[in-house]
Amino acid sequence: MKILTGNDLKTGDVTWWTGSDWSRHVEDAVDVGESFETILHEEEAARRVNVPYAIEAEMTDDGPRPAHIKDRVRALGPTVRPDLTLKPADPEAGNWVI
Amino acid sequence: MYQYDKYDQQMVDTRVAEFRDQVERRLAGELTEDQFKPLRLMNGLYLQLHAYMLRVAIPYGTLNSKQMRMLGHIARKYDRDYGHFTTRQNIQYNWIKLEDAPDILADLASVEMHAIQTSGNCIRNISSDQYAGAAADEIADPRPWAEILRQWSSFHPEFSYLPRKFKIAVIASDEDRAAMRLHDIGIQLVHKDGELGAKFFVGGGMGRTPMIAPEIRDFVPADELISYAEACLRVYNRYGRRDNKYKARIKILVHELGKEEYTKQVEEEFAHMKTLGLNPPVEELARISEYFADPAFEVDASDELDLSDPDFNLWVDQNTVVHKQAGYSIAIISLKPKSGIPGDASSAQIDLMADLAEQYSFDEMRVTHSQNIVLPHVKKSDLYALWQKLDEAGLAPANLDLITDSIACPGLDYCSLANARSIPLAQKISERFADLGRQRELGELKLKISGCINACGHHHAGHIGILGVDRKGTENYQLLLGGSAAEDTSLAKITGPGFSEDGVIDAIETVTDLYLKERQEDERFIDTYRRVGMAAFKEAIYG
Repeated sequence: MKILTGNDLKTGDVTWWTGSDWSRHVEDAVDVGESFETILHEEEAARRVNVPYAIEAEMTDDGPRPAHIKDRVRALGPTVRPDLTLKPADPEAGNWVI
Repeated sequence: MYQYDKYDQQMVDTRVAEFRDQVERRLAGELTEDQFKPLRLMNGLYLQLHAYMLRVAIPYGTLNSKQMRMLGHIARKYDRDYGHFTTRQNIQYNWIKLEDAPDILADLASVEMHAIQTSGNCIRNISSDQYAGAAADEIADPRPWAEILRQWSSFHPEFSYLPRKFKIAVIASDEDRAAMRLHDIGIQLVHKDGELGAKFFVGGGMGRTPMIAPEIRDFVPADELISYAEACLRVYNRYGRRDNKYKARIKILVHELGKEEYTKQVEEEFAHMKTLGLNPPVEELARISEYFADPAFEVDASDELDLSDPDFNLWVDQNTVVHKQAGYSIAIISLKPKSGIPGDASSAQIDLMADLAEQYSFDEMRVTHSQNIVLPHVKKSDLYALWQKLDEAGLAPANLDLITDSIACPGLDYCSLANARSIPLAQKISERFADLGRQRELGELKLKISGCINACGHHHAGHIGILGVDRKGTENYQLLLGGSAAEDTSLAKITGPGFSEDGVIDAIETVTDLYLKERQEDERFIDTYRRVGMAAFKEAIYG
């Protein structure tokens, strides 16, 4: 599957395309197939996201999992600072990245 | 320390106002990201994996308590309560909001700091010896020259769009503590027939094509130093490649032209420049030098130390360095605790270091390229009180230059260029080699870790270097041996096939075990490696 990601223009936060908006959580990302160019252009022009792009991902029981480790680090947060990730209460969250 | 004059302050304040306007226009949609990106990069604002990242310049790594407290304030107010001291003697913040960036730059400007030229194809922050002004072995203080170079290179109209970024280091002792020959230009202040001048080394660097800068001139009179640097830059600006970013650094030009031809062209340009009268006026050199006068040392300060506390004794032995002034020491605060992140400091730690510098070190600190903090002028009679306060705050690991005093780039945990994580390796190595007795048995061992070929973690210059690579989507680590950033500069060589994270740590243990077995007398790891050669280490690692 292909999902869209970028950074929030104002805050720089990593965001994921939900089909109608942008979410901080990769679990909310939807498969956009191959027809995503229009979404990228419209959303960037509307300043709802900065430098969005499409990535490969696989659907799992926990939702979409980006194919590349770099995007998984982006999705969760730095593996060396669990307290700064999106799942600070889950000590095993980093395993999802590796 | 240097203090801004009205021109310095006006330049920085004007830049803040300009950037505030640019940010407003970006947020209002009047600038696209393509238009805005070069403008934010000129102000040190990157977009990294998790957020915007701001890189703040710390000129030649020198700062005072007021400036350090401001760095703590920024960490607390605008970031996530910490900062990361880098291998370029700067600090980076990893969680910056674009809308806050102008206010941060304004706060920095209020203490004579900025983020200008911390990115882009321009002359970056000048680096220098972290012990400058305190070292017993320096022939002159390199900081006035670093400051003159800073002023010359700031907004230099001819060098704002170089083929590629450009890094200059200045030292003033035979011992190289600033990786001088791994810079685009390395300058070593020297005396010749009683006159102060400089040796010039041009064309060094790390990155994907590491090179050691060759010496191109053994003496440039001090008052012509800027003109000679300008001649070096002019030849590069004219002939450096702009068609291929991977071949655009000056090291490639010097290598392809050859040292002799490059030097010939520089000498011709220099001869031309001397006709233009561009050397800084003598009065300006004197004015800047006055800011770097020695602090008011107590001339009768005692050299006596009570070393009866064994932990204090270890810290003094490992983390203090001989000072030029009797009764004083240079004290190094290690930012490498067990399981810690090299170079990271919380806002509370940053504030504490500022307080301690104010109380014990004439209000001065230095950031090292090894990602530690130096208190350059500590009275020996104050060392115990200083150490106790550092120890309480977790800032007293006695591991300077030992295997756990590793350099590590932010790696894939933060950096969009990285291929693999660096920090977890540094953490695990610090745990594997946690025993201080074992570390000291291994002695001086420079371990340097980069998460990609760009080599921000200086892996080419590590006695032991680690390079993280992406192998089919999986992190893989190459092991290198034999590098040095010191005066015996050398480039490390790859041992062979790469390893998993755990595998490379096992391999490090194997090579350190072999070193202990093979070393003679007082040999350091690097000495034994050079004597024994790579083959023996490869045999031990791979069989």
